[in-house]
Amino acid sequence: MEYEVVIGLEVHTQLSTKSKIFCGCSARFGANPNENTCPVCLGMPGSLPLLNSEVVNRAIKAGLATNCTIASKTKFDRKNYFYPDLPKGYQISQYDMPIAINGRIDIHVNGVKKSIGVTRIHMEEDAGKLIHGENLGDQSSSYVDLNRAGVPLLEIVSEPDIRSSEEAKKYLGKIKAILEYLDVSDCNMEEGSLRCDANISLRPVGRKEFGTRTEVKNMNSFRFLKRAIDYEVERQRQILEDGGAIIQETRLYDSDRDMTMSMRSKEEAHDYRYFPEPDLEPLVIDSAWIEKVRASLPELPDAKFERFVEQYDLPEYDAEVLTASRQIADYYETAVKDAKNPKTVSNWVMGEVLRIVKEQNISPEQCAVTPAMLNDMIGLIDTGVISGKIAKTVFEEMAKTGADPKTIVEQKGLVQITDTSFIEEEVGKVISANPEQVAQYKAGKTKLIGYFVGQVMRATKGKASPESVNRILRQKLDQ
Amino acid sequence: MKLARDEVRHVATLARLELSPEEEELFAAQLSDILEYINQLNELDTDSIEPTSHAVDLMNVFREDEISQKFDPGIWKLNAPSEDHGHFRVPKIIESEG
Repeated sequence: MEYEVVIGLEVHTQLSTKSKIFCGCSARFGANPNENTCPVCLGMPGSLPLLNSEVVNRAIKAGLATNCTIASKTKFDRKNYFYPDLPKGYQISQYDMPIAINGRIDIHVNGVKKSIGVTRIHMEEDAGKLIHGENLGDQSSSYVDLNRAGVPLLEIVSEPDIRSSEEAKKYLGKIKAILEYLDVSDCNMEEGSLRCDANISLRPVGRKEFGTRTEVKNMNSFRFLKRAIDYEVERQRQILEDGGAIIQETRLYDSDRDMTMSMRSKEEAHDYRYFPEPDLEPLVIDSAWIEKVRASLPELPDAKFERFVEQYDLPEYDAEVLTASRQIADYYETAVKDAKNPKTVSNWVMGEVLRIVKEQNISPEQCAVTPAMLNDMIGLIDTGVISGKIAKTVFEEMAKTGADPKTIVEQKGLVQITDTSFIEEEVGKVISANPEQVAQYKAGKTKLIGYFVGQVMRATKGKASPESVNRILRQKLDQ
Repeated sequence: MKLARDEVRHVATLARLELSPEEEELFAAQLSDILEYINQLNELDTDSIEPTSHAVDLMNVFREDEISQKFDPGIWKLNAPSEDHGHFRVPKIIESEG
């Protein structure tokens, strides 16, 4: 039987505010354990939470950027459960009145635009971090660091509109891009500031009702998200094909074994007994507030994508890669300034710059080749000072030494040779050294032109202008 | 409203309380009385009253996003039953994986 895959994603993102959501402790990653704690985030009796206004601002930003309706009234609720990383015995979250609802995120899959619904966005506090005894102290204990307890989170819940692991990847990528553009979160999956759970089910093609779903957790990279979904879909397909039934449960993805495994949790673990948080007053968000936030929004990925296609005449693929992160988009826009051919610049950024960024695991801003340097180098190509081929050497040198392209070209003597008489001389030498090929060429094997060009370029160490070489060769050979 | 014994057991489990059979019996009766007492509120006609989530008529109470650490950074240790390596030390948590 043919099955349709149905996926909904729950994305958690830590907001990069200075302080925590309900107290003045630092929300930064990387402090000594338990250093950033106080009676509020330690859950001491008698302490009271006080809401960080910036968290609300950022939640509104995220809501508007994902085409949500912002609630005019919203409130916080307690989600009750016991776990050692949750000092109060409850998490302050939002239950039935989230700050934003009914949004939409557009993705491009194989060149086709698709909208994924956003059910809701709500604010909540993060829990602490547990370290098991194998990794610290003695085996029979676990260790708790509450620095993360109270760090603000947004939870973004999608509609079950996603139909493949590829779409899931694109959707998460778009959320990451939007949040980065808004500058509300670092979105670092390795450090856990962007996390993702997936609800996955299968149904026979054509059926309306959803099948039984499982929730897959612990996918801390884009690669693992795709692999975990692919594994889980295949697991469910086999059960259904064998006539079995899917058990509704939570499953953990194990990246070492590349499989999902059941987390057998007790029934009552999901009885959270939500009730309104009596220590926090409700929020009323008027249109003036919403419009003020709307006016502060930057150009978002979709708008930038459209503009890049329009303004720079780029293929959609290029525009998508370049606008996937605000830093890369900014890099490109500096590098492309006054360039004759924006697509050439796009090739350099997507090829060489992103290669370095990936290899060195750095942000585009940290790349030794700054966008201004790349812009200068493009200028040298556009004005015929160097060839595109020599530019590769110049780029490598810039990446290695951080020197500017003009200096490199001068010091290494890489200036393109456009001196016609010199090139004519070299072309003459190559023609007299290869009588056999010349005869073949004249007999109609014109493809050999490439061979001659190669010989001349080799003789000139790549510095001859390829255009001139081509032109002069044809003149001589076609005589 | 009468609370059944198994409901009391369920609530006790959620609260991590261990009750004897006698206590279950006793609390079932007492909790039922409490619920019945509170249920008197349902006699009021509240159709025309807007629901509230908070007893105090306040809204939009905020603090600015500034770091202020008014307490000694070692304060977390003061009530910790056990601590080691800069962490709270608790009995080993076993991940409930199958």
